[in-house]
Amino acid sequence: MAAVQSAELETFDIDLRNPSLAAFLAWLCPGAGHFYQRRYAKGTLFLVCILGIYLFGLIMGGGHVVYTSWNENDKRWQYFCQIGVGAAALPALIQNRLVKEGKPPLLGGWMAPPKFVASTDDYLDLKRDELATWNLQYHTYFDLGTLFTMIAGLLNVLAIYDAYAGPMVIAHQDNTDKPPPDTEPGKGGK
Amino acid sequence: MWHLFPLDRAVNHLWYAIPLIVAISLVYGATRHETLPGILVNAYRAATWIISFMAIIFGVLFVISLWS
Repeated sequence: MAAVQSAELETFDIDLRNPSLAAFLAWLCPGAGHFYQRRYAKGTLFLVCILGIYLFGLIMGGGHVVYTSWNENDKRWQYFCQIGVGAAALPALIQNRLVKEGKPPLLGGWMAPPKFVASTDDYLDLKRDELATWNLQYHTYFDLGTLFTMIAGLLNVLAIYDAYAGPMVIAHQDNTDKPPPDTEPGKGGK
Repeated sequence: MWHLFPLDRAVNHLWYAIPLIVAISLVYGATRHETLPGILVNAYRAATWIISFMAIIFGVLFVISLWS
């Protein structure tokens, strides 16, 4: 049970139940941790906002903007942000494993890494470069989709924190714990 | 007029900022408050701040572009 004082100086109690489990559920599916804590309105808000922009970005980029790859020519660091959205980004790990083992990816190649990425100084290989093909095909939407999915993952970090510890209270508005001036040592207080 | 087409295209892409601003503001507001009125007020303030920040950056870049 956490006592929370909002910016409007309303104090109320929130039953966070098991905060660690709530945080894990919040990572697994945006809003799930709040549903577990019976904070349905906030859970719905997180689910709609975070999953909404994640799916919007994913569809905008043809399902290719979320993938994981860490080879010499393609270090997909953006996935570290996208994984914040939880289960919705996990198929990329399975697809990466399948491609590494030489098996065909599932779901029509959604979230699968590009089959080949040319090095930046090898222009002759650009025609075989699948990542370059995606960029050419989806143009700006590939970058926009990547941005949307990254922001969704990062926003879910805020939701995970909220599920774990409750709303963040602005420190300067909480004066209840400060001792009165006359109780400070050396000023006559007991 | 043909030289204005890239600007027109960039303005069209700005529409994609709207869902992002709405989502970011609401999620940020929801991490600060527990009740819906508080969330909405905070989200409105956050959205205003984001748009103002973008407008200032646009103004600075626009002024710089006049000298280039």
